[in-house]
Amino acid sequence: MSIDKDKIKHVAKLARISLDEKKTDSLTKDLSSIFKFIEKLNELNTKNIEPLTSILNEPLRSRTDEINDGKIKDQILENSPKKNEEFFIVPKVVD
Amino acid sequence: MTDITKKSLAQIVKAIKGKEISSTEVTAAFIKNIEKSKKLNAFITTCSDEAMKNAKEFDKNQKLDSLLPGVPIAVKDLFCTKSIKTTAGSKMLENFIPTYESTITKNLWSEGAFLLGKLNCDEYAMGSSNETSFYGNVINPIADQTVPGGSSGGSASALVADLTPATIGTDTGGSIRQPASFTGTVGLKPTYGLCSRWGIVAFASSLDQAGPMTKTVEDCALMLEAMATFDKKDSTSIKKKKENYFKNLKDDIKGIKIGIPKEYRVDNMPKEIEILWENGKKILKDAGAKIVDISLNHTKYALPAYYIVAPAEASSNLARYDGIKYGYRSSKGSNLIEMYENTRSEGFGDEVKRRILIGTYVLSSGYYDAYYLKAQKVRKLIKEDFDESFKNVDAILTPSTPSSAFKIGEKKDDPISMYLNDIFTVPANLAGIPAISIPSGKDKKDFPLGLQLIGKPLDEQKLLNIALAIEKRSGFKQSLKRWWEN
Repeated sequence: MSIDKDKIKHVAKLARISLDEKKTDSLTKDLSSIFKFIEKLNELNTKNIEPLTSILNEPLRSRTDEINDGKIKDQILENSPKKNEEFFIVPKVVD
Repeated sequence: MTDITKKSLAQIVKAIKGKEISSTEVTAAFIKNIEKSKKLNAFITTCSDEAMKNAKEFDKNQKLDSLLPGVPIAVKDLFCTKSIKTTAGSKMLENFIPTYESTITKNLWSEGAFLLGKLNCDEYAMGSSNETSFYGNVINPIADQTVPGGSSGGSASALVADLTPATIGTDTGGSIRQPASFTGTVGLKPTYGLCSRWGIVAFASSLDQAGPMTKTVEDCALMLEAMATFDKKDSTSIKKKKENYFKNLKDDIKGIKIGIPKEYRVDNMPKEIEILWENGKKILKDAGAKIVDISLNHTKYALPAYYIVAPAEASSNLARYDGIKYGYRSSKGSNLIEMYENTRSEGFGDEVKRRILIGTYVLSSGYYDAYYLKAQKVRKLIKEDFDESFKNVDAILTPSTPSSAFKIGEKKDDPISMYLNDIFTVPANLAGIPAISIPSGKDKKDFPLGLQLIGKPLDEQKLLNIALAIEKRSGFKQSLKRWWEN
């Protein structure tokens, strides 16, 4: 799999990271060598191997669905870079 | 009393319990060292005033029946600490002040310890040299212009420079063990699920695990005992009886079987690492252990599989940094999407971007089976290799790293050569099993080298016991001439 600039631009778009030309170039170079390294896995036949889904020997626990906190609006808003007393503020999304 | 900051954690605890020294005296001594050691850049935030206040409070009404009474402890800046800035080494969280406390730090404080400061680390724990931190390089006290390893580089540097009696780090692919090896200290990555991940800034959730970093194996047992609890707030936390690692520590390892995996003898392995490994075998044999050759067939695929799984999970975890709920927000952009893109472009450093892009790519439509699924299959094979080996041996001995500490800048421009640092440490993360690095020798530059012991799930006690046997017999000594002090 070769990585070209268009692919990097596409993935950056998906990841919501803006890149200038220079950064796109250097990331294209880095990711090409990293994927070459990763693709060593292709020499291994894994056709009948079950993928690992959990590293624990026990199943994940589920908890009872009950409210044990709440009324922490102020704490939740506290670290927001832009807010008012009730809400997070985002740039306008509808005209 | 001689310089208290040079003592082990267990010795400090003993001195406080025996009322030979007060918490205030201990804390003041560490703060004095911290103030003289700014050159190391080990701290992102110091909490000297709060620590002194806590120490005085402790001394007024000494409660001594806990594991860490009156002990000041600095922690990696990846653990959320209530009302104390927590940056994860990133510009993104430069002004983030958690409104809650991580379970692990809470556990330390409920055993009588209190916070001394927050330690530098690679950005979001992504790095092996502490060079990706937004807050600058950390210097390894063993030599100027040398990296302390990473990502828990500030933790390792602060520990060996006597700026904290013990510390905690996190280990996703080697981030505790590699810096421990580079600084001549002890570092343990516990079994996945033994220490709660709640309140730790997430990197790769199926691999992340917190663990102790200490000057001695005994201290490591003491810290682990304080840290490991069942936590219902972490759905992967293992429910089990609390163990007395400290009290049950003993170096009697007669009859224990140690596996030597031939696949860890990598190409171009430096002679010094070979000698270190041979010496480790000899030490354990002399202590009564049996050495067995074993094979971990899929070892060479561990690092490539890791560089799919870890970035994939990171790209999902780091999707939360959107400039809205908390963290940095760019002032540029005329709509929501542009605000997201600029925030993430300006807030994340190069290595974090690299990994988010790798992760986004391997999870993107049409590529999932070829990369992520493939990697999880390989991960299964790696785990089965270990399961099979542990039918015949109690633990596995390997070097911790393929080299000693390197120079700042030496590997910065070559991601692959940086990633290769973790070649011996990554398999234990992929398999979720415990592993410890013990300082065991030095290279010709007089830089420390570590040996790694890998154990069965939840077999930390045995690992610590074997580690103690190595520590007692290796003759490793390090005395640093505090050259970095002003």
